[in-house]
Amino acid sequence: MKGVAPPGADFAVIVLLFTLHSSLFTNLMLSLDNVSKSFGAKQALAPTSLAPQPDKTTVLIGPSGCGKSTLLRLMIGLITPDTGTVKFDGAPLTTDNIDAIRHRIGYVIQDGGLFPHLNALGNVTLLARYLRKPSDWIEQRIAELATLVRISQDTLARFPSGLSGGERQRVALMRALMLDPKLLLLDEPLAALDPIIRRGLQTELKEIFARLRKTVVLVTHDLHEAAWFAEEIVLMRDGRIVQRGTLDDLLSRPAEPFVSEFVHAQRADPRLAA
Amino acid sequence: MSMKRIACLAAVGLLCSGVATADQNELIIGSKRFTESYILGEILLATARSSGVQAQHKQGLGNTGILFEALKSGSIDLYPDYTGTIGRELLKSDASDLESLNRGLAPLGLGVAVPLGFENTYALAIPEAKAQQLNLRTIGDLAKHPGLRFGLSHEFLNRSDGWPGLQRTYALPQSPSGLDHGLAYEALAGGQIDVMDIYSTDAKIEKYKLRVLQDDKHYFPEYAAVLVYRLDVPKRFPQAWAALTKLQGKITPSAMVPMNAQAELDGKGFPEIAAAFVAQAGSAPATKSAPANFWSRLFGADFWRLTWQHLLLVFASLAAAIAIGVPLGVWAARSPHAAQPVLAAVGLIQTIPSLALLAFLIPLLGAIGIWPALVALFLYALLPIVRNTHSGIVDIAPNLRESAQALGIAPGARLRLVELPLAARSILGGIKTSAVIYVGTATIAAFIGAGGYGERIVTGLALNDNQMLLAGAIPAAGLALLVHWSFELLDRRLIPAGVR
Repeated sequence: MKGVAPPGADFAVIVLLFTLHSSLFTNLMLSLDNVSKSFGAKQALAPTSLAPQPDKTTVLIGPSGCGKSTLLRLMIGLITPDTGTVKFDGAPLTTDNIDAIRHRIGYVIQDGGLFPHLNALGNVTLLARYLRKPSDWIEQRIAELATLVRISQDTLARFPSGLSGGERQRVALMRALMLDPKLLLLDEPLAALDPIIRRGLQTELKEIFARLRKTVVLVTHDLHEAAWFAEEIVLMRDGRIVQRGTLDDLLSRPAEPFVSEFVHAQRADPRLAA
Repeated sequence: MSMKRIACLAAVGLLCSGVATADQNELIIGSKRFTESYILGEILLATARSSGVQAQHKQGLGNTGILFEALKSGSIDLYPDYTGTIGRELLKSDASDLESLNRGLAPLGLGVAVPLGFENTYALAIPEAKAQQLNLRTIGDLAKHPGLRFGLSHEFLNRSDGWPGLQRTYALPQSPSGLDHGLAYEALAGGQIDVMDIYSTDAKIEKYKLRVLQDDKHYFPEYAAVLVYRLDVPKRFPQAWAALTKLQGKITPSAMVPMNAQAELDGKGFPEIAAAFVAQAGSAPATKSAPANFWSRLFGADFWRLTWQHLLLVFASLAAAIAIGVPLGVWAARSPHAAQPVLAAVGLIQTIPSLALLAFLIPLLGAIGIWPALVALFLYALLPIVRNTHSGIVDIAPNLRESAQALGIAPGARLRLVELPLAARSILGGIKTSAVIYVGTATIAAFIGAGGYGERIVTGLALNDNQMLLAGAIPAAGLALLVHWSFELLDRRLIPAGVR
């Protein structure tokens, strides 16, 4: 393909391939059918079904130990369900297809999970290099993503130990976006950041999600963060889903008293009202 | 990654070069780890060579058991020993005449011949002053003084013709402590012990003014010095055998004791003493030469040979231990069922005393010298490498392990790209520990004739010659430092910057 194209067309070809690459995988539909999980005697997740809406941001929220992280980890196969199935495009997740599917999912955790032996660039490009993507493709992708998440080339040359908390999460997001996945899973991505950095990144992340039209599942325990990101909030308690809906639904039509209790738990000081 | 490959290649190369030296046309003479045996070994060597036969001397080979195994397996062809020892120790009988010894040894393909002309019986000795004070003349007199402190050589303590029978025969109430024969004279002179076992030809009896107690119940058998040999030696080496037979009766006590003195008191080299004896055919020269200068001993003619042998021992066994130990550690880290058995097994190996392990490996491998030494060092080097590889991988933070998993990288590649680099510091730490320790441990290889700096240490111990001991210990310590520094440099190249 590249051989017959005139030399000046390289960039156009890359852009074309890139668009194709994105559009080919737009239909990665995730659904969980009656999945449950116990750790020892403790049931972390009662049989639960959930299908995040495509192109939308779904936020899993609830008190500690409610099963929201378990649910997210089941989605990317870090743990396997005791019952039920995790499906992508209708096909169950198996040990044979798991890595191929993971290549189409971006995963970001609280402290970024960056590998300390690689610099930021090495972290971001690890998977692409492992999959033997052409180096010019990798360079192009890095340039785009660095602009997107506002990371300088200097920062990319640093090791994780030399990055600030915010920079680490930006690099982790770059790593997650490297292969332009359709689905993004984020487990408390901003929980460890100080309030100012956190607020800035919340703004940027929402923009990025909207611009890239990703299906996003985000776990948080902070209702304000959930309200900021969510097109759908999934409130959980004791390993089961209590209510799904918008913040308005939760406020005006609580499914059970716990919903109101949780929504109003945050102490509001009138002096701090926006 | 290529480092590993280089290390493996080097190991194979070293192993091949180190082993292919055994030669059917070479007469191999062994000796035990004490002065007289070293000298006799050198005399036998010089005599065999004078007949035009190729010969070598594997000197200072631990104790009787190791020599006997080496002889049976054909790693050596002959060595000097004493009739009483052969009877009680090897044949478990009281016989000490050549005829009954030969009858017992023949089924093993071995024989005894050529009584050299002197006896070296075991005896107990006590400082003359103390003997006079307590009026001690015979071994039986010792029973009247239960407070006397006995310091006996380990071999004597355990031999069937040693302490157990002696204690029964004379009803001795004391409980002895074991110590190296070479050190016992110093302990006796320093007043830390009162009674020690001696060989009747020891040069130091006179020097330290000791009284040799009479064996009035004739417990100790006759210990005439003879050759123990494989029965095929006279056929394979007729000229050498003819020359050796001529030694019969030539080494008289009045020749042997001064030769021991030249080695132990004057610091003369064994080959030099032996050469003088062979040249004068039977009478040792009485000339005294000044003890050799320390520096010339340190960098003596054998320095580079010993250095090469030592490096070979350390790095060949280390390379093998890396090649086996790292995968073993990875396996233990990956499968929780394997972890405990693997770690327990390599830990258990570490508790086996080195000499015991060597003595066990000789019959198993059917050889003395470099092979059992390499295997023993390899086994000892496993623990730090396996344990550090295991802990290096197990200690990787779960979120990093999961991040690699969540990226969709296959297990093998995960190991290569993430887990091993993250564990590199710990793994290299284990290898470094092994290397530095084994520069020291490799000195034990000399007990079974594998050479290295240990050869000087073993000889120094046998002679109670501190200079000789230091001439072996100092280069070994220097090498350990050198190895340590090399690994520090290697650390910087092999450990990723982010985890240093």
